[in-house]
Amino acid sequence: MNSSNIWILAEKRNDTVHPVSFELLSKGRELAHRLGGKLVAVIFGKSGGDTRRLLEAYGAQQILELQMNRGLSVHPEVLAEAFCTAVRDFHPSIVLAGATAFGRTLMPLIAVRLKTGLTADCTELSIDPERMLLLQTRPAFGGNILATIECPNSKPQMATVRPHVFRMKKAARTRKAELIARVYSPVLGRVTELVESFIEQEKMDITEADIIVSGGRGLGKPEGFALLNRLAEKLGGMTGASRGAVDLGWYSSAFQVGQTGHTVSPKLYIACGISGAVQHVVGMKSAETIIAINEDPDAPIFQVSDYGIVGDLYEVIPALIEEIGDGEKR
Amino acid sequence: MNILVCMKQVPDTQKIKIDPVKNTLVRKGVPSITNPFDESGLECALEIREAVGGKITVLTMGIPDSECILRDALTLGVDRAFLLTDRAFAGADTLATSYTLGMAIRTIGPFDLLVFGKQAVDGDTAQVGPGVASILECPVITFVTGVRTILSDRIVVERMIDSGREVVSSGFPVAITVVKAKKRLRMPRFTAIIESFDTRVVRLGADDIRADSERCGLKGSPTRVKKVFSPKKHTSVQYMEGSAAEQAKSIVSLFREKGIVS
Repeated sequence: MNSSNIWILAEKRNDTVHPVSFELLSKGRELAHRLGGKLVAVIFGKSGGDTRRLLEAYGAQQILELQMNRGLSVHPEVLAEAFCTAVRDFHPSIVLAGATAFGRTLMPLIAVRLKTGLTADCTELSIDPERMLLLQTRPAFGGNILATIECPNSKPQMATVRPHVFRMKKAARTRKAELIARVYSPVLGRVTELVESFIEQEKMDITEADIIVSGGRGLGKPEGFALLNRLAEKLGGMTGASRGAVDLGWYSSAFQVGQTGHTVSPKLYIACGISGAVQHVVGMKSAETIIAINEDPDAPIFQVSDYGIVGDLYEVIPALIEEIGDGEKR
Repeated sequence: MNILVCMKQVPDTQKIKIDPVKNTLVRKGVPSITNPFDESGLECALEIREAVGGKITVLTMGIPDSECILRDALTLGVDRAFLLTDRAFAGADTLATSYTLGMAIRTIGPFDLLVFGKQAVDGDTAQVGPGVASILECPVITFVTGVRTILSDRIVVERMIDSGREVVSSGFPVAITVVKAKKRLRMPRFTAIIESFDTRVVRLGADDIRADSERCGLKGSPTRVKKVFSPKKHTSVQYMEGSAAEQAKSIVSLFREKGIVS
């Protein structure tokens, strides 16, 4: 029998859980309440005391541990098989995961195996009160339109959501979650082999930054990024770059924002010397507050910004750094 | 090395406009292009063929006009081209598309390496590459930034993850989805353009690939588009006036209001 339960895939990152999983649990509480089901955090391997407490704090009523008897596998195909077996055992109504590299790889493998629908990169999720269906809204055509998608005739209804789209909010009351552990041993053919992995130093994942100071061709020279780094550091944020600046070799593509780089939705995005090509804008326009600094008053970036400064960034940014510096001393 | 590159014809998303009255996409007059990520996939395949030899096949699903992108690929010296076109394929979501492409690949294969762009710029789902691999029960490596080594029995690639990079190795067959490479797709040579006129694009319908029509197109698609609408118009920008120092003051007081700085 189908349940009305909502599963959130809790993504492990090193010894902790990826923040997007807590964001999804926060939203999931609201959806579970409307649907009248339980909110379940699903995690590969063991959850551990600290992780369990955190999942409970964000409202998980049940924690489902999917363990593989060969130990925690790194192969997406193995994880997908185990997850599908669990879905067939428990029949959740909805499965949500973060639209991280992990989620965007694993979820399509699961959805196709289960022959069900999957909606990528949702920006809004709600429940249709009459049919009790998950309404999934996402941008398409380079962000030019939004589409609301539903999956009326197959279960589970699956969706991924980018980090920072939903706000992390702890539950008003923390209750102890029921712990269920299942051990699966998926039968599998060939798998890929992870040879090496390079985790860049801490704070390297720009999709997780709350504040991003980003630079484009308008900086005029690579040294401009040193200035942006100083501002980012002052604000406790990270430095990003447009494709133009990355193509010129001024900054690492690991921090590129836009369609061919990362999609970010920080609390604050400061675009410096970025003209605002559509491909850049789709990667940052969901930021809560956008400030643009550009010499060209007609730069399209101003059309998506909340605040604009028409001026020389080499005058404005040092002035900003100085002004903030005073604030810290107070 | 027998390589397949899956491609998609997409509207140039940079040039799309919204009808201000009806609030719908204006597709008329918007040029169609090869999905830029698939161009990176094709360049990757061409480089592999140069290094180890082999054949490249290109495959797309779409309206008859999608043949254009296959013809463009042929001018670069691609060996075979297949166009999946059938009314039964219309309205497919990522599941039905994965199934249809998977059945086609079974028909025209086998292949050692399946190359996909990580996503198409019209839908941006990044689901079809892993989806097809699942239909074919073939391993997949997503978000590949480059090929490190290719041997007769093994490929080693580098992929991008949120917090860094990974080096992944696999035997064949394997599917990879590639991110947009720094290097642009090469330009065709004049003689190759002329030579490509001799190659026919093979059209395939649902029956040719022995596809179950219940699993193709709209029928085979579990998801439904309920509503399409324009994003909320951005409220107009507020400009900061005065000298650089005054502008900076206004911005920082805004930061204080928002609690960004103390």
